[in-house]
This record gives sequence, C-alpha cells and structure tokens, in this order.
Amino acid sequence: MEHNIWIYLLVMAAVSYLIRMAPLVLIRREITNRLLRSFLFYVPYATLAVMTFPAIMEATQTPAAGLCALIVGIVLAWKGRSLFQVAVLCCAVAFVVELLPI
Amino acid sequence: MTTENKTCFRHGMRDGSPIALGYFAVAFTLGIAARNAGLSALQGFVASVLNNASAGEYAGFALIAAGSTYLETAIMTLVVNARYLLMSCALSQKLKPDTPLHHRMAIAYDVTDEIFGICVAQPGYLNPWYAYGAIVVAIPGWALGTYMGVIMGNVLPLRVVSALSVGLYGMFLAIIIPPARKNRVIAGVVAVGFSASFLVNRLPQLSGLSTGIKTIALTVALALLAAILFPTDTVNTNSGEKKDEVS
Repeated sequence: MEHNIWIYLLVMAAVSYLIRMAPLVLIRREITNRLLRSFLFYVPYATLAVMTFPAIMEATQTPAAGLCALIVGIVLAWKGRSLFQVAVLCCAVAFVVELLPI
Repeated sequence: MTTENKTCFRHGMRDGSPIALGYFAVAFTLGIAARNAGLSALQGFVASVLNNASAGEYAGFALIAAGSTYLETAIMTLVVNARYLLMSCALSQKLKPDTPLHHRMAIAYDVTDEIFGICVAQPGYLNPWYAYGAIVVAIPGWALGTYMGVIMGNVLPLRVVSALSVGLYGMFLAIIIPPARKNRVIAGVVAVGFSASFLVNRLPQLSGLSTGIKTIALTVALALLAAILFPTDTVNTNSGEKKDEVS
C-alpha cells in the first residue's frame, strides 16, 4: 500500500495535540490513581532509554563512534550539563571517533 | 492585552530564548532524520510546527521510513508522547480553575519538556500569556532548525550527517540521566531499558517485529513493571527546568 507522508504528519499532529489538550481541558482535579500516576511517571525514561540504545550505535558510520558518544553523553548528563551542551558534545565525539582508524 | 499579561508575555519570551537556541541545534539533527525518512524540508518544517516533540517526531519519521501503517504511527506517537499526558495533567493544576477553554486549548499546543518546565516553575497560577511568550520564540527555533536540517543534511558529507544524528540521542540522555542520578528506580528503568532493547534487537526470533512495535511493547512493559514494583507519588514537574540553559 502506498503511503502519503502528509497523512502521516496529520496523524502524528492530531495524536500529539489530543494527548496534550485532553488533560488540560478535561481534568480540573488531581489524578489519584497511584498506578496510573506511577506508570506515566516512568514512561518517558523507559521509552527514551529503549530508543537510545542500541540505536545510537546504528546512527553512526561505525558502532564504536556511537558507543563513545553514548558514554560521553551519559557522563556529561550525569554532571548536569545542559541539553544543548550534551547534544553538541555527543556530535563532536562521534565525529572525532569516526575520523580515527579503528 | 492587560499590562500584567504584557509583562508575562515578555517574561515568557525572555525565558523562551535559550530554549529556542537549544531547539534549533537539536531540531537540526531531527531534520536529518526527517530527510533520511524521505521528507522534504517543507514537510519537516510542518511536522515540527504541528508536533513540537523531539522523540515523538523522531519515532514518527522512523515509522515513515519503514513504511509502517497509519495506525502503527498513531499508537507509536501516543506511546512516545505519553509523558505529555502527565505533564498536561500537572499543568492543569497550575491553571486557575476558571481559566477559559480557549486558553487551555492554546497552551496544549506546545506542552514540551522545556516549555512545561519553565511554566510549572512559575510562582502561583500560570498566566497563559507567559506560555505564549515562550512558545512564540521557541517554535520558530524548533521548526526552522528542522527545515535547515533537511536542507543542510543534503549537502553535508555523510560523516558529518551521522555525527549530527547523534545529537538527538545526546538530548535524550540529557533528559533521562539527571533524574536517574537522583532516583534509583529511574536509573534502574534506564539500565534495564538499554539492556532489554539491546537484547530484543539481537534476538533472531524477534527480528520480524517492527522497531515501532518493539519500542511500544518494551516501554509499556518496563513502565508498568516499575509502576507496580515501585509506585511513586512524585510528580514529574522538574524534568525540563534546567536542561536548556545555553550559557
């Protein structure tokens, strides 16, 4: 089946907006269900971790470059560097490691 | 606009400026992902104007590249952006109960880690105009960054492109690692997430599953397991507060 990119974008936009809009419009009281609260609390960490590794090693020309960027990124983020700094320095590490004859 | 609203709008623009700079750089790498998925610069721009979600857009582009179904894309967007559900819930508590519907619907347009972070950090109830001030400077940075990423990605050498692609993962790390340092359960979720994702990608029995399905299944399983074993009362209100200080 042939897919249209604009339809993909509309689907993504509609879902993204509804997720953000529904709670703001519908909920005027605090969520009390502890399991649901906890589940939603852990979702970003679970999903971003799953999406980062091993994908970061497949994004670069060599897996070593991605792995080095991952390690450096973890260390920098651990030290509390800003999102901007971590992102840029990860790029720099990947670039330098790819230049090395490994 | 009242004087108070004007002041809040200006403050929002001030706090949104460093976010815009960070967004531009990160969105550039997102644009490269968009280009790899076959999107034009205009499509990348529109995707970013309409979605305002790094991980969500990235996941969407990956599914577009894989030729997944629209339903799969919708489910994936829902799961990857699920955190905005909680953020919007928290943000609903920051709005005056009598805040009109149109303000609620307008703020919902750009609930991101960063905008959410600076909004909940406001003392007392949130004036919607503060959010609007931040949004009008942050969105152009995000959308233009994506646009430039698609265009420049076409002329940059492969090695530079692949190095820049890593920036998005760096951003994800900047989001998940600082909370992991403070919270052992989050650290565990991240560690198990890395390992499980690695294993699932290596197991030949699971090679028939799409990346999207794998990510959805792992995310739901992990978050549910963590929620059952370690229920928490913590509200995720500080995830975006100090990530985008461009110094």
